[in-house]
Amino acid sequence: MGERDSGFRFGSGWRAVVGAVVVFLVLQVLMWLRIINPYWQQIASLAGVTAISALGLNLVYGYTGQFSLGHAAFYGIGAYTSAIITRSLGGSVPTLLLGIVAGAVLAGIVALLIGLPILRLRSDYLAIATLGFGIIMKVLLDNSDAVIPMMGGSSGMSGIPRITNFIWVFLFTLAAVLLLRNLVFSSVGRALVSVREDELAAEAVGVNTTKYKTLGFTIGCMYAGVAGALYAHLYAYLNPFNFDFLKSIDVLLVVVLGGLGSISGTLVAALAWTFLLEGLRVLLPASLQDWRMVIYPLVMIIFMLFRPGGVFARTEFGFLVPREYRRRK
Amino acid sequence: MSYFLQQLINGLQLGFVYALIALGYTMVYGIVRLINFAHGDVFMIGAYLGFFALANWGLPFPVAIIVAMVGCALLGMFIERVAYKPLRNAPRISALITAMGVSLFLENFTNLNFVFGPTPRAFPVVTYQLGGVGITNVQLIVFGVAILLMAALTLFVAKTKTGRAMRAVSLDKDAARLMGINVNTVISITFGVGSALAGAGGVLYGIAYPQIQPLMGVMPGLKAFVAAVLGGIGIIPGAMLGALIMGVVETFTSAYVSSTLRDAVAFGILIVVLLARPTGLLGKSQSEKV
Repeated sequence: MGERDSGFRFGSGWRAVVGAVVVFLVLQVLMWLRIINPYWQQIASLAGVTAISALGLNLVYGYTGQFSLGHAAFYGIGAYTSAIITRSLGGSVPTLLLGIVAGAVLAGIVALLIGLPILRLRSDYLAIATLGFGIIMKVLLDNSDAVIPMMGGSSGMSGIPRITNFIWVFLFTLAAVLLLRNLVFSSVGRALVSVREDELAAEAVGVNTTKYKTLGFTIGCMYAGVAGALYAHLYAYLNPFNFDFLKSIDVLLVVVLGGLGSISGTLVAALAWTFLLEGLRVLLPASLQDWRMVIYPLVMIIFMLFRPGGVFARTEFGFLVPREYRRRK
Repeated sequence: MSYFLQQLINGLQLGFVYALIALGYTMVYGIVRLINFAHGDVFMIGAYLGFFALANWGLPFPVAIIVAMVGCALLGMFIERVAYKPLRNAPRISALITAMGVSLFLENFTNLNFVFGPTPRAFPVVTYQLGGVGITNVQLIVFGVAILLMAALTLFVAKTKTGRAMRAVSLDKDAARLMGINVNTVISITFGVGSALAGAGGVLYGIAYPQIQPLMGVMPGLKAFVAAVLGGIGIIPGAMLGALIMGVVETFTSAYVSSTLRDAVAFGILIVVLLARPTGLLGKSQSEKV
């Protein structure tokens, strides 16, 4: 459709990267000029962390069609693993990166071990099994101090170096988006989507559905591990309470509000949702602060009633779609 | 041995409360294929209604249970009408998210100071007069009321015309509609009956574990749902069986292992059962539709 000639739109991969760099520089200048204060920087970082975790769940549920209600468990695995590493080895950039990698790998291993048996279950049954796994993980974290005293059990883990900043979150979010984009628009991505659309038909044309279900689930949970590791070093305090059932719902909500099977949707929803929650904190007078927790489920209900498919129902920003896919339209 | 028996009775008591909640879950799931996450919060509202009826309005215990049941039935039907009915033909995840929204709304709204407030309240002690003899034994009351209600429900579903319509709708909604059954009314009644049972469960929970607060429905709600799955979702005797097993297992874990691990054991059993027998203990294993 000649979109690549239409001037201002980001075209193929490198233009998206240039665009990201420009956005990044603009944000840096705004921060340097103190127009974006540290408080909002932290919120923006939180939005990025949420986005990474939600992109993972979108891969699991939106693209592969495997309904998971236990995403926060993997988020927690990443967070605690990396926190143990940085607290033991000291907080610096190499230990942070090591922590993130270790968090992702451990989350991936657990996802693989859990996924192999339970991914045989379908839709609601899988949801319940993952929900059960999430609750078991929270109980284990609550009692973790019996094995590793540093983890603090139900009273929480403190003393984690505060070394995640907006730059790291931005870079990892960018990497997460690019990786996911390249994955879902590849032959592997098509195999994943075929499992979502019709498992039986996918099997019939030779797709190894068990393999792809497990692959999608494992990579998605590794995303959660990375997000958890970044989160641990953003607030420097972890509590099992942050990784309970409600946290899984939060991430699921971002994915569904943004639109299942849409990277753009997840990004927009993660930003909008984080800023809505914080914005209400700033906008509402002190006497009405409690209403914040009443308003947000109402937004959730009303949104679902009027736009059940999410904002971006399986569509993407132009710059996230490879050229050959766009031409076909 | 007497300790064992005592724990068994404690476990059954918890199990009967779970059963009353699980029945609503299983009936609703059987008929609209929706995990109604707000059900645990309806149970909480039931406990509060019972509390107000007993402590503030000075009503006798049987009337308090009826107040809670009627109140919850109306609430359940209202929720279905406003939040779920418009989404009946939308993707199932939308209704699920809405159910979570309703659940969070009920919890956080009742948590506001001018509604119920976050402070736990002590449930009044109930003495039930039975032919001039005062029964204070909480367990007798819980067992008696729960068994009575479950028997009534079983009769209702098996013998009445509405019950037959409910079974028909859960079997095949479209065919039921063709047979002249008003599907909307039946779904509404299902929500009403299920919520009424949860309301009664709330009052029983209140007298058995006499502290109530707005978040009290979260864990019992989840566990009752697990119980429904354990027994085979959509199957009424399955929900009762699953709930009793959950209650007993949870109590024994607290008593003999560790009370902090009881949730892990309960959900661990769930995962094992799902893997070994995905349709639940009483569910028929069915071949996949092609």
